[in-house]
Amino acid sequence: MTQFIVRRILYSIVTLFILSGTIFLVVRMTGDPVLLLAEAGASTEDLDRVRQQWGLDRSWPVQYLAFMENAVRGELGKSFNYRMPVSELYFERLPNSLILGLAATAISLLVGVPAGIVSAVKVNSWWDNAAKGIGLLGLSIPGFWLGLVLILVFSVWLRWLPTSGAGDWRHVVMPAVALGWYFAASMLRLTRSSMLEVLGSEYIKLAKLKGLPEVVVIGMHAFKNALIPVLTLAGVNMVVMINAAVIVEVIFAWPGIGRLLYEGIFQRDFPLVQGVVIMAGFMIVGINLVVDVVYALIDPRIRLTR
Amino acid sequence: MDGVSFSLNAGETLGLVGESGSGKTTTCLSIVGLLPRGARIVGGSVVFEGEDLTRKSQRELRRIRGRRIAVILQDPMASLNPLFTIFRQVAEPAFFHQQMRGKTLRQRVKSLLAAVRIPSPEWRMRDYPHQMSGGMRQRIVGAIALAGGPSLVIADEPTTNLDVTIQAQYLDLLKDIQRETGVALIFVTHNLGIVAKMCDRVAVMYGGTIVEQGPVRAIFDDPKHPYTQALLGSIPKLGSRDPLYAIPGQPPNLASLPTGCAFHPRCPQAMERCAIDEPTNVHAGDGSVARCWLLAPAAAPSHG
Repeated sequence: MTQFIVRRILYSIVTLFILSGTIFLVVRMTGDPVLLLAEAGASTEDLDRVRQQWGLDRSWPVQYLAFMENAVRGELGKSFNYRMPVSELYFERLPNSLILGLAATAISLLVGVPAGIVSAVKVNSWWDNAAKGIGLLGLSIPGFWLGLVLILVFSVWLRWLPTSGAGDWRHVVMPAVALGWYFAASMLRLTRSSMLEVLGSEYIKLAKLKGLPEVVVIGMHAFKNALIPVLTLAGVNMVVMINAAVIVEVIFAWPGIGRLLYEGIFQRDFPLVQGVVIMAGFMIVGINLVVDVVYALIDPRIRLTR
Repeated sequence: MDGVSFSLNAGETLGLVGESGSGKTTTCLSIVGLLPRGARIVGGSVVFEGEDLTRKSQRELRRIRGRRIAVILQDPMASLNPLFTIFRQVAEPAFFHQQMRGKTLRQRVKSLLAAVRIPSPEWRMRDYPHQMSGGMRQRIVGAIALAGGPSLVIADEPTTNLDVTIQAQYLDLLKDIQRETGVALIFVTHNLGIVAKMCDRVAVMYGGTIVEQGPVRAIFDDPKHPYTQALLGSIPKLGSRDPLYAIPGQPPNLASLPTGCAFHPRCPQAMERCAIDEPTNVHAGDGSVARCWLLAPAAAPSHG
């Protein structure tokens, strides 16, 4: 186990290294940030000065080395736009994104998984059709539209919830629903198909033939087996919801990472974009590691030796 | 399926034989009230220890399944849950039906595993199915069947997926267990050699019906139904140079059976009547019963 984790961390370092190089190059394809940093109509000399000030006059390999040197020391550089350390900006936004992402993950799991199970157990029934309908709506209704409808109904008409911003739990409800909705539908569909496959197996037939209560057959024998693909998707979804909830964050004026990244891209704020992407990379690596360890806890056939 | 009627007594072994798709497994599952989706029981009765199981609710059936009637499925590699220990899977029937807990339960599982000859059961019961061979897994499935203390065990082709050497071992084991516990056994198979070795009585199924049944000796020595004759004729014989007999044609689809006797399109002795009227059971003198017009008193003069 320890050996597995150590090896995985070493692999992760390689992955993050490749990610850093990729994002370093990609972000530089978006254009010259100096044009946005200097005032409009600035002379070529002024532009050169600004370029020099931010170290953009150096060659790319030199810039990359500087970026990596900082990153190894835990520094992500200084944002062009905010003129503040990127890490400060990031960690200021992170709690908000975690709250929103975790709430949306909880919604997607609490809705998607039970609905998927019921739909698989009562396949082709009224229940199943209702769940399939929800699944289809979930995947086809865009989050921004749902967000606007929620605001209209719950803030404008009913006046139950605040329209935007962050504060207490009431601020989280609508963005979390708007964000989790799509993922709940994908959870539902995956849980349903995974459960259907398991329910058709011989060991479930034997579990029924043993005369076990239905709750035990479905809730333990079947669900535990259906859990692994569901868990994988949940891990990936969570990272996406924390880091890339741009549209929902914009609609609800939620001060999260997604918006920070979006603004960074828009402003050609190289250090900011690089920093946020690298941090997202860390999060993906971390969550995948946790998911792998949980796999091994669930399934005795998976041994952590790779 | 229709006309499936058989009975057996405690301690007895009934063989249920027939080609694939002749309705053997469905018969077994309908005994315990577990039918595939879309199937249902429209008539008839399953009388077990004086009670009609077809009139019972799923709730009541659940108390019978695993406790009084147990089933051994055919694929040992697939019938155990990969995520649970052997202990847990063997313990479940005793846990839910007999409310055994703690030490008593451990003791029970240990003795069940010992009964199916798992070496060092104390140690092996902590293992998971993937750590065991096919033969061992099928013995575990046997232990699960015995765990609830059933009076009837239905074994649905329990040795089809095992190596030949292990097959014989497993059959001996089942016989020993039957001798010790006195359970009745329904043995579903398409292997007539196994029937001869294991069973007291045999029922031959064709097209969802039992076409002939009786004591093993009577059926093997003097089969009455042409299908049984054909089945017995298609067993390879050691040293024989004649080509192996194969029944011409395909077994029928249960959803669209031929009119009259389901076997008539493939029957070498079919008569006009066979395509029109369904034959009824005729008792022969040696204790066997066959569903064939050849045996009816008004039928063709003589045969055989």
